[in-house]
Amino acid sequence: MTRRLTRRTLLRGAAGSALAASLPLPAIAKANPIKIGLLTIKTGPLASAGIQMEQGTVLFLKDRDHTLAGRKAELVVGDTGGNPAGAKTKAQELIERDKVDLILGPLAAFELLAISDYVARQKVPLLGLAAAEDMTQRRPNPYFVRASATSAQPMHPLADYAAKDLKYKTAITVSDDFAFGYEQMGGFQRVFEDAGGRVKSKLWPPLVTPDYTPYLAQIADADAVVAGFAGANPLKFMQQYRAAGLTLPLLGGEGMADDSLLRTFGDESVGLISASPYSAEFDSPANRKFVEGMVRDTGNTPGIAAACLYINGMVVDAALNQTDGNTDDREAFIRALRAVSLTDSPRGAFHFDHFGNVVGNIFIRRCERKGDKLVNTIVKTYPDVSQFWTYDEKWFLSQPVYSRDYPAMRS
Amino acid sequence: MTLWLILAGNSIAFGGLLFLLSAGFSLIFGLMRIPNLTHGSLFMLGAYFGVSLISRGLGFWPAAILAGLGVAAFGALVERLLLRRLPGAELAQVLVTLGLSFMIADVCLLGWGGDPISIATPPELRGASRIAGLAFPTYRLGVIVIAVVFAAALWGLLEKTRLGAMIRAGVDDPAIARVVGIRVSRLFTIVFSLGAGLAGFAGVIGGPILSVYPGLDQDMLPLALVVVILGGSGSLVGSFIGSLIVGFLYNFGQAMFPELAYVVLFLPMLVILVVRPQGLFGRVAP
Repeated sequence: MTRRLTRRTLLRGAAGSALAASLPLPAIAKANPIKIGLLTIKTGPLASAGIQMEQGTVLFLKDRDHTLAGRKAELVVGDTGGNPAGAKTKAQELIERDKVDLILGPLAAFELLAISDYVARQKVPLLGLAAAEDMTQRRPNPYFVRASATSAQPMHPLADYAAKDLKYKTAITVSDDFAFGYEQMGGFQRVFEDAGGRVKSKLWPPLVTPDYTPYLAQIADADAVVAGFAGANPLKFMQQYRAAGLTLPLLGGEGMADDSLLRTFGDESVGLISASPYSAEFDSPANRKFVEGMVRDTGNTPGIAAACLYINGMVVDAALNQTDGNTDDREAFIRALRAVSLTDSPRGAFHFDHFGNVVGNIFIRRCERKGDKLVNTIVKTYPDVSQFWTYDEKWFLSQPVYSRDYPAMRS
Repeated sequence: MTLWLILAGNSIAFGGLLFLLSAGFSLIFGLMRIPNLTHGSLFMLGAYFGVSLISRGLGFWPAAILAGLGVAAFGALVERLLLRRLPGAELAQVLVTLGLSFMIADVCLLGWGGDPISIATPPELRGASRIAGLAFPTYRLGVIVIAVVFAAALWGLLEKTRLGAMIRAGVDDPAIARVVGIRVSRLFTIVFSLGAGLAGFAGVIGGPILSVYPGLDQDMLPLALVVVILGGSGSLVGSFIGSLIVGFLYNFGQAMFPELAYVVLFLPMLVILVVRPQGLFGRVAP
């Protein structure tokens, strides 16, 4: 026992002096490692995105040699199982047992809503991926930072593109029957109709819909169809869409043609126009490095889940550099996180608004066949897109959050 | 009008797919008296087998048949090694099938990853066919044909062969069947394997419509359950009619009352359970 203690003390001393020697900053703040908690989903239908979240985080830490602002960085992964109760349990474990300094994730809105209040009470910064609008709008969490996008944030530019560049006049929307779908289609409808277009009808298949034909049979007489599916549904929907002989142009949100899924897609997705805060095709030094690393380590092109977690890592790193690696003053740390502004990231330049939500590029992409591969070619980039689009923030917040019935249909 | 015709055609096609899935479920339920809760997983497993076989260069049809045989072999093993050891303990058997379904889901996630995978429609059935001026996906017409062929083959098997007579005897009264010298335990293996194989085959056939993804098992199992409760367990005619009814309820329910799609689907099941618990074509258990 005495020997072990001695050896450990010795090691710690050696490590301490090595750090002190290599770094000009005060060594006291760096004695203990920074602990990063990751809330992800590794089982069930959402596991595909959840596993990518972990891959993106792991790659980021590897790229930084597991050292952020001079402190060793440790990753603690919690698998929520994709349900609110699991998310709550794992968040508590991460905060109370593992004493993490911040949490990355979770993926789904219902997970985020389940833990938001608790995490805010514990004053733990939360860098989430979930897109629920009100988390950075009408019911903001002061410890929340979102580097991905709100549900409608990519849909506003998509609608602008559909109305102004593609000159579509009418559209039919079809989307999963839950909050993410409502918020996406609400955002599309508002901007599309403000630009002179008209949404003729909105269809809401339940989340579990093996066969979309009853909905597809109702699609006719419009310039375009806007689809807002997530998870495994986009592939199923597009296969059935083409099999039904429908030829109307198909537009979609960020979930429709994620870069990581394209390898399993077939020709049914060629021609799909989608809007997303990320594209593997985006040409920037940081993105080239990121895509290369992901392909090397995982064998697959990364999608939005991996990219946003990698970007979250960059945000944490930049904030830690501002606070000299200090996370103990939580107020100062969250202020530093929200003040982060990067010029080169896998999604390009971005900063945060005063709600902690990202302001950055939204890419309009067209799915094309390149050799034997499908890729999302960027056809237009909308820079500095805010969650409020071009609307006045006060007016935007005075309106109800996008829902199944809001904005109302114009007759 | 067009909408209704398309929906009707699709109801039949979807019913056909459901029949392939639920015929085995119904026979297993009828003979072994247990709802086989792995049935959705066997459907998914077959689809994943199909994906792997097709990616190795096999054609769609050979892949579908091989995947069916593979799942049938797996089903036989499950029956021999697990369910056989719990004779007469129906609740324990149901729990075994439930546990297995979770395990299969996890193993599939490990083996094939979490990404949804598409199965390409076989080239000869791509595109849409025009029937009386209506565009209808050719592949779904193919599914109807396959379902009818399998229904006829199964009917022949059950009604015209010695094995079929033994299975019917086992469904009607297992105790008496044993007394007259039928090895009911062997029938269990055969029927479970046959049902599993049909589900696996259906998984590949459903692939071009549904694609393959984690969670496919849990999407399909309730549908099979509704079919069998409506139609009556152990009855081939029952699962055929039940599949068609569910196909129609599903399609028209979602088109006419999208908010109540599940009510439209499950309410008839509740009514049947209350009014005629043995199902439309089921016989009263002795």
